[in-house]
Amino acid sequence: MPQNPQLNKNGELQHLLSIEGLSKDILRHILDTAESFTGVSEREVKKVPLLRGKTVCNIFFENSTRTRTTFEIAAKRLSADVVSLNVNSSSQSKGETILDTVDNLTAMHSDMFVVRHSQSGAAHFIARHVAPHIHVINAGDGRHAHPTQGLLDVFTIRRYKPDMHNLRVAIVGDLLHSRVARSEIHALTTLGVPEVRVIAPKTLLPENVDRMGVQVYHDMREGLKGVDVVMMLRLQNERMSGALLSSAQEYFKCYGLTQEKLALAKPDAIVMHPGPMNRGVEIDSAVADGAQSVILPQVTYGIAVRMAVMSILAGNTE
Amino acid sequence: MKLPDAEQLLVELAEKIRPLIQGKVALVGIHSGGAWLAERLKEILDGDVPLGALDISFYRDDFEQRGLHPQVKPSHIPFEVEDCHIILIDDVLYTGRTIRGAMNELFDYGRPAKITLAVLIDRGGRQMPVEAQIVGTRCELEAHQSLELLRDDSGKFSLKLHENL
Repeated sequence: MPQNPQLNKNGELQHLLSIEGLSKDILRHILDTAESFTGVSEREVKKVPLLRGKTVCNIFFENSTRTRTTFEIAAKRLSADVVSLNVNSSSQSKGETILDTVDNLTAMHSDMFVVRHSQSGAAHFIARHVAPHIHVINAGDGRHAHPTQGLLDVFTIRRYKPDMHNLRVAIVGDLLHSRVARSEIHALTTLGVPEVRVIAPKTLLPENVDRMGVQVYHDMREGLKGVDVVMMLRLQNERMSGALLSSAQEYFKCYGLTQEKLALAKPDAIVMHPGPMNRGVEIDSAVADGAQSVILPQVTYGIAVRMAVMSILAGNTE
Repeated sequence: MKLPDAEQLLVELAEKIRPLIQGKVALVGIHSGGAWLAERLKEILDGDVPLGALDISFYRDDFEQRGLHPQVKPSHIPFEVEDCHIILIDDVLYTGRTIRGAMNELFDYGRPAKITLAVLIDRGGRQMPVEAQIVGTRCELEAHQSLELLRDDSGKFSLKLHENL
């Protein structure tokens, strides 16, 4: 079996590229460490000195506001120096290759790269190329993975529903284009959640989705019955090609989360969304802003989870 | 060597700390042994004195060599540190590096009026200019030896000597 490219020879996390292939112990270590970091953000001085003197480079070949900002805040709360680059608006448009960009940033003594790219596998490609002391975090690659989002989602679930072995979770929406959903499914099943449902029209489900250990529903009302957690996905208009959907209105009617549909889930069910939300397309404003919504706590926990990932990686050097 | 009785030392430590429990004062234990001791000291001394716990994993000076501790526990300081007299509690005082980390962390919560260090055992071997004001007992250990505070199911303390040869 080929060695997992995320692990060093001691079996410790060297890069975070995808949740697939990571053990329950590694996931738990990240979540438990994140638990300790939540307190740091509530203190007078919201910083710890772990990454003092290190340089973290956020290289975003694809736009993002929330993910880039939370990675930036996380690195700063660990006392690292942070540089954020939107590469689509700089060298790449002048013809520089990804590896040239990375080599240049390495020559500037960067210690960690946080990478987002529209191509699946971009972060793996960079991780294979960098020197052994450098760590790479995948902040979203194409349709493949978005591991820190998957981790912060399970962290949020664990905070509200600590008994993961007794949960029903529904993931609703555009699974075909969603790297978030893939990461969430791997995290949930690895941590022992017994029932993960996916709810989507056939045109927005990847082939062989049932092989990921999930139950497939096309009828949202049927799928939401009795669930503890409803994870909504964003309808990814910018990745949509061809006629996968009739219209946004039609989509909202069938797969938009309204109070009336949410009432089919357990009364204490929580509602999540990785953002940015299309209000009135996949989620009704009354639900997004309602009592069961934990969408803003997800953002807050995202910082603690990213602090945990960065500090664990930085401590694992061959 | 014969190890001291940890329960007896705890009672003696409490009596040495008792005169300091006045005004704006709080007990803060360092994970894990110091936090256990602080809990018991609170019971013995005064049930109303504020109690906190520090896990100094994020402040260790050997992070670069050893990485992050596999079991970080959350620090918990449920009171205002600003202008408070903090009685910092640890089980075994050795190099002084843990205490340096703990003081750095405390200052990220606020500026204490005063910090007093109380330890169950001072085993010598200091690498930092750190001294405890209150000491249960002193003993000299070799560099390859280490002393561990244990807590059994009933909450009773004992000491164990490790020979790390």
